[in-house]
Amino acid sequence: MTLTIIIILGVIMIAAAFGAIYFNKLLAAIVSAGVISLLASVIYLVLGSPDVAMTEATIGSGLTTIIFLFALNKVRKENKK
Amino acid sequence: MIFSLILGFILLILGISMMLTRNNLIKIVIGFSIMDTGIHLIIVSIGYIRNRTAPIIDAAVNIKDATSQVVDPIPSALVLTAIVIGLAVTAVMLSFIVEMYKKTKSLSIDDYQELKW
Amino acid sequence: MIRKIFVIFAIAGLIMMLLPLVVNFEYKDSLNELSSQYVRGSIDDLKSQNVVTSVIVSYRGLDTLGEVTVLFLATAGVGFLLKHKKNKNSLRKASELLQTSSSFLVALIILFGIYIFVHGHLTPGGGFQGGVIIASAFLLMILSDINLKFNHLILHLVESFSGAFYVVVGLIGLLLGIGFLNINIVPLGNFGQLFSAGAIPIVYSLIGLKVGAELTAILNTMGGEQ
Repeated sequence: MTLTIIIILGVIMIAAAFGAIYFNKLLAAIVSAGVISLLASVIYLVLGSPDVAMTEATIGSGLTTIIFLFALNKVRKENKK
Repeated sequence: MIFSLILGFILLILGISMMLTRNNLIKIVIGFSIMDTGIHLIIVSIGYIRNRTAPIIDAAVNIKDATSQVVDPIPSALVLTAIVIGLAVTAVMLSFIVEMYKKTKSLSIDDYQELKW
Repeated sequence: MIRKIFVIFAIAGLIMMLLPLVVNFEYKDSLNELSSQYVRGSIDDLKSQNVVTSVIVSYRGLDTLGEVTVLFLATAGVGFLLKHKKNKNSLRKASELLQTSSSFLVALIILFGIYIFVHGHLTPGGGFQGGVIIASAFLLMILSDINLKFNHLILHLVESFSGAFYVVVGLIGLLLGIGFLNINIVPLGNFGQLFSAGAIPIVYSLIGLKVGAELTAILNTMGGEQ
């Protein structure tokens, strides 16, 4: 069971990592990185460390993505000015 | 778990290659965050022991025999620290990028040649 | 061209370096000496259910103090870099749905964050996770009201007082002669209850308030308009 979950999520994570490398749009790359963190938190839960899973789900996939989006927003606003 | 270890190494290598090959500054920081996730996966999978539960001593664990029923708590604690520090580092890097963009109006790493020799 | 060759060599070298770690990986079947000491000590000496919490707050408490300091430095750095902003915002307003629901949800999310860090020694979670959840409640406020102005004085007071009290809790242990950041300054209580594990709930609540205030400051600097 553990093995199946890790293999399925791992394939999705590697695909998302290649997406983050090769997407031309920055927004898509940022969301791909967030997806990697979110799926990693599920793997932490399966591996028996729920503390790390909570931290990764809130910080890694929540706040980091938001901060990336804020920085992208600031850069675009500078561009418009 | 050997598979999550391999997955962590793959993510680590993909993140480093993204940092080395991409041109865009924000993409380099995204590569850094992917590399971070890979390293955390490696450390957590080193601490995993088969058929054991989380290091929380509640009704599911026999108190007398706790050390033979839980996984290693030290990698969890280290990774928890590392995730928080990773967020702080990412925030500082991104605010540097915003400042650099204000000066030169470019996100390409090739346009910053002050330190090139 | 030369750069690409160098990159390929660097990645190949990295793979060669990491391959032995994967090939020679062997399963553990028991905890090592230090980990079993931590698990037993968490049950017998600290009366804390969550072993990870007792490692972070008690056994590696000085490390956590340094970590909180690094987070504070990052907040100061972000605030310093993105300080001067005077552009009038021409953003469109948030939708009716977001504005109405956020005023209802913010209090509940803050309550959930407080629950997470008060129960840090009993259930998964703790100061860092609870602080991030509180910061996400303020993020909802930032998103729903673009012209929102945070009271910076309150933010700074919460941040600096919780940081100072954390050090004071450590120094009380030094004063009583049992060591810096020792949690035995408060009676230990019974295993598995809310008021147990000595000073761990106090320290983790202070960490939660500090992390929440710092991350709110980072989000406000990066996302808000001033």
